[in-house]
Amino acid sequence: MSYLIKGARIVDGEPADILIRDGKVAEVGAGLSAAGAAVVDADGLVALPGLLDLHTHLREPGREDAETVETGSRAAALGGYTAVCAMANTDPTADTAGVVEQVHRLGQQAGLVEVQPIGAVSIGLKGEQLAELGAMATSAAKVRIFSDDGHCVSDPRLMRRALEYVKAFDGVIAQHAEEPRLTIGAQMHEGRESARLGLTGWPAVAEEAIIARDALLAGHVGSRLHICHVSTAGSVEILRWAKARLRASGVTGRITSEVTPHHLLLTDAQVGCGSDAHPGSYDPVFKVNPPLRTGEDTAALRDALADGVIDVVATDHAPHTVEDKECEWGYARPGMLGLQTALSIVVETMLERIGWDGVADRMSRVPARIAGLSDHGRDPAPGAPANLALVDPAARWTVDSTALASRSQNTPYAGMELPAAVVATFLAGEATVLDGKAVR
Amino acid sequence: MIRHLLSAADLDRETATLVLDTAGQMDAAMAGREVKKLPTLRGRTVVNLFYEDSTRTRISFEAAAKRLSADVITFNAKGSSVSKGESLKDTALTLEAMGADAVVIRHSASGAPHRLSRWVSGSVLNAGDGTHEHPTQALLDAYTMRHRLGRLDGLNVAVVGDVLHSRVARSNVLLLHTLGANVTLVGPPTLLPVGVEGWPAEVSYDFDAVLPKHDVVMMLRVQRERMNDSYFPSAREHARRYGMDARRMAMLPEHAIVMHPGPMNRGMEITPEVADSPRSTIVEQVSNGVSVRMAVLYLMLGGSRPEEV
Repeated sequence: MSYLIKGARIVDGEPADILIRDGKVAEVGAGLSAAGAAVVDADGLVALPGLLDLHTHLREPGREDAETVETGSRAAALGGYTAVCAMANTDPTADTAGVVEQVHRLGQQAGLVEVQPIGAVSIGLKGEQLAELGAMATSAAKVRIFSDDGHCVSDPRLMRRALEYVKAFDGVIAQHAEEPRLTIGAQMHEGRESARLGLTGWPAVAEEAIIARDALLAGHVGSRLHICHVSTAGSVEILRWAKARLRASGVTGRITSEVTPHHLLLTDAQVGCGSDAHPGSYDPVFKVNPPLRTGEDTAALRDALADGVIDVVATDHAPHTVEDKECEWGYARPGMLGLQTALSIVVETMLERIGWDGVADRMSRVPARIAGLSDHGRDPAPGAPANLALVDPAARWTVDSTALASRSQNTPYAGMELPAAVVATFLAGEATVLDGKAVR
Repeated sequence: MIRHLLSAADLDRETATLVLDTAGQMDAAMAGREVKKLPTLRGRTVVNLFYEDSTRTRISFEAAAKRLSADVITFNAKGSSVSKGESLKDTALTLEAMGADAVVIRHSASGAPHRLSRWVSGSVLNAGDGTHEHPTQALLDAYTMRHRLGRLDGLNVAVVGDVLHSRVARSNVLLLHTLGANVTLVGPPTLLPVGVEGWPAEVSYDFDAVLPKHDVVMMLRVQRERMNDSYFPSAREHARRYGMDARRMAMLPEHAIVMHPGPMNRGMEITPEVADSPRSTIVEQVSNGVSVRMAVLYLMLGGSRPEEV
């Protein structure tokens, strides 16, 4: 199938036509025509390189009642993504070549986004013994990112070995930074709100201490380190220092980090006061790990994303069933949906400061570089793989938890009106989304 | 009157005072009676939903509801469908189907009553949720202080011990502040929450220093499980630094009282000489608990006034 996209503004540039043929961008220019191509009227729309999420929980295998590779892929495509990196904390854990290949294959079968599996660092995410990282790297899934996400690789010796070992195949360790001894029983950010609500606190230092340690370790052994879901102002300061230190010795890109849309927008005040669609307090739809922090933290995270201390936005899309959320706060599982709302929240919180070019950097180009997925993160230009998203920057839409493509409904944004809507998504030249609806 | 009592912060000064005044009327109404029962809540159903063992609070609510002639259903989570894995929401729908006018809930998870209040149409009364709040305890404490000392406005109250894990402390800070008392929280820094600076209370680590200027000292129970978790070096050291003993009692103003929500660890946070002294209000707190809970149930369920019966 060929597509002729008419009049889209390419990132921050001028309106142009984009001809897609045989999976690639064939031509970009004014007044293009192509016989037989389906015409997509993109007047007023922005064309972005397809988004890439470094941090997605697809739940399959094991919790297909919460999400499957297919339903998660559909949510991703609707959110403007053309690739997602699937976290390893499935059941069974993605800690062998067999499991990562299974997830990879399921992604290909769904065919809605490229599903790039992340491999576990340790067997069963237990933090005791390295999983067969090399086998996963050389498998058909070509794993490059390894993470025990959901758990911290807290043993400094195991972390050091993991960082060193993956250098052999240009791998990166994505760390869930949480010192487990400081977060036993933790339920929310430790501060005024936790004191008032009587919920066990998750202190910022539990994240910051691990980031500091791992930045030093990565520097010591010359390895790539990626910090998942940075959530505190203190973490930003440590990352700023660590990056400056590397830059002084002429190294860039060795330490990278991500922030989630929810840590850019929401704060711990939500735990006590809810939202319009979730009135009342202690609603576990706001429970997430790391927890929602304070307004000072969200401000620092926005600054860090604008000035490059934090490299990318990643969703930490974490579907959970109704029964895992419609319960007491302390019994609920942490996590929130993110794929279909991420772009809108980045537009809401960051567009004025970073422009569409900055959005493309932080949600597509740089994530693609970190993940080593060279077919993604490329602006529409002749010869480039046609992985693109068309966004209506003027649209406003209201989040309806029952209308999302995910099998779960745990979005904290229900009832919220957000800017910018994804109109179309193209994966390898084929439309996965048209007119804001999934093609299949 | 408020529909639910989830936090002491739900009570403004006027409402809290009404509860205390009504508790006094309940006391008076019961005083002359041979049969300790008022017909005010006849035909109303009060469910005691207890997910956590608490004989003291459960029987206090039970006695309060029965003295008002309500039908009382006690639902102990242990040995019920709850232990078979029924969710709080399903339990709530069950209670709703049975027509509960009020649900009194005790739960080990902070915020459980708040969740429950979204799922039932009757009133929800928080009888202690995790390490969050225990508002009727704060009401009975305020009632006891007012009864003993004649006022609450301007009283200096020290709340001493494990503030971090104490629902009694949280509710007392809020209610006493609303009623015009000044609260000082006293304990080792490990047992005062990070974020306590947001509370309307002073903080001190030095028990001896606060004693001479306080009208009320409220001791908090030290839970056994804290003892081996490095909150303090040893039970003995904690008792020495933050326990209420005869020496400290002698440092209090003459009129000052000593309170404890119970159950006590004698010899730990309070010595027997203090617990059994005339300054101690511990037994009064228990009997006042019934009157205060009668007042709360009566006001929230809109029963007929005691003088009308």
